[in-house]
Amino acid sequence: MSADRTTPALEVAGVAHTFGRRRALDDCSFTVPAGAVTALVGRNGAGKSTLLRAAAGLLRPDSGEVRVFGEPAGDGSLPRIGYVAQQAPLYPMLTVAQTLTVGSRLNPRWDAAYAHRLADDADLPGAARVGTLPAGHRSRLALVMALAKRPDLLLLDEPLAPLDPVARTEVAGTLMADVAERGTTVVLSSHVVADIDGVCDRVVVLTEGRVRLAAEVEAALDGHLVAVGAGIEFSAFDSSEVVEVRAAGADATALIRPTGSAPSGGLAWHRPTLEELLLGYLRTPTRQVPTA
Amino acid sequence: MGLAVDVIFRIDRRTGTAVYAQLMHQVRQAVRMGRLAPGDQLPTAREVAERTGINPNTVLKAYRELEVAGLVEARQGSGTYVRAHLKPLPDNLEALRHELAAWAERARAAGLDVSDMQDLVAEVAAGTVPAGQEAHRVG
Repeated sequence: MSADRTTPALEVAGVAHTFGRRRALDDCSFTVPAGAVTALVGRNGAGKSTLLRAAAGLLRPDSGEVRVFGEPAGDGSLPRIGYVAQQAPLYPMLTVAQTLTVGSRLNPRWDAAYAHRLADDADLPGAARVGTLPAGHRSRLALVMALAKRPDLLLLDEPLAPLDPVARTEVAGTLMADVAERGTTVVLSSHVVADIDGVCDRVVVLTEGRVRLAAEVEAALDGHLVAVGAGIEFSAFDSSEVVEVRAAGADATALIRPTGSAPSGGLAWHRPTLEELLLGYLRTPTRQVPTA
Repeated sequence: MGLAVDVIFRIDRRTGTAVYAQLMHQVRQAVRMGRLAPGDQLPTAREVAERTGINPNTVLKAYRELEVAGLVEARQGSGTYVRAHLKPLPDNLEALRHELAAWAERARAAGLDVSDMQDLVAEVAAGTVPAGQEAHRVG
């Protein structure tokens, strides 16, 4: 357990990385406080997986710094990290029970009782070979392995994607119970808004390898509004305040981040839903907006 | 009395209402409807988290706000308990309903359908709450 709750669980500072000629991450900076549940949101190829691998210490970025509980990410931080990659890497020839045994041998902080309870909750048959399990069960087993390690920081790459709707709520419940009990810090990537609304208290939006928004969810929602009106009326806003405008004829909808007073004129406006907020940023990758 | 009562929290993701505010509203509603009585214990943040997948920090925030409002109290190391009866719905509820029914009839006669009326009611009602909480129309 982290002794010092004021040290951020994860600090990403000026991280950039390229694969060949493709720029995967570009000057990414954000902080994840200990105990927070953060959603890493972005379209396919936005750099989510690369960022998670860098946080796990499995990829050394070309430049910039990644710190986990104050220590540089790498071998030293691994025991405190539970990382589940998208493909749920497991040994297909081992049975579920054997996989759990391997986990207990490799991890000094392994909690065998917890592992078995989670495996039972997920209806994972101990004698079944991992390679024969359906994708949803494999990903739940990978999550059991990460949780039973009793990590302080959980890094999960699209943990809910292979799951059916019932399993999704079960897994979200398991994760949130762990957060409630141990104050585990969670960073999970997703592009399904329903999976993160109410689950995550912070959000980091990545577009084309850049951090577009990094904020507390409620604060970000309070700080934006969706305005509906004639397109011409948006000229009242400073262009730096307009995140996105979508027009259909004379009618327009805009996501605004007002810096001054509330808008006036004939605009109807409301507090955005999380989906409206995220889509507004995901659809407009070009401009760099300061983080909050 | 005193036992944890099952309050099933749920999130409506189609509104811009903050999740903690939705949870607060659901507790208020349960007290108003008599499903929760003074002395009843609310589920712990951990129980809510495990059953619904709602972030425990969000649950705790809702409970804190309800405590500030005087509706519940946190007892050290024990849990959160309903403290007060909510004022029952006002005696003049029936009168208000009658007025609204008469208004709805006039609105229908004027050509408004149900969703037009809902929009209008929501808009007028929103004009009476503090800024920054719910949908508004400015201008």
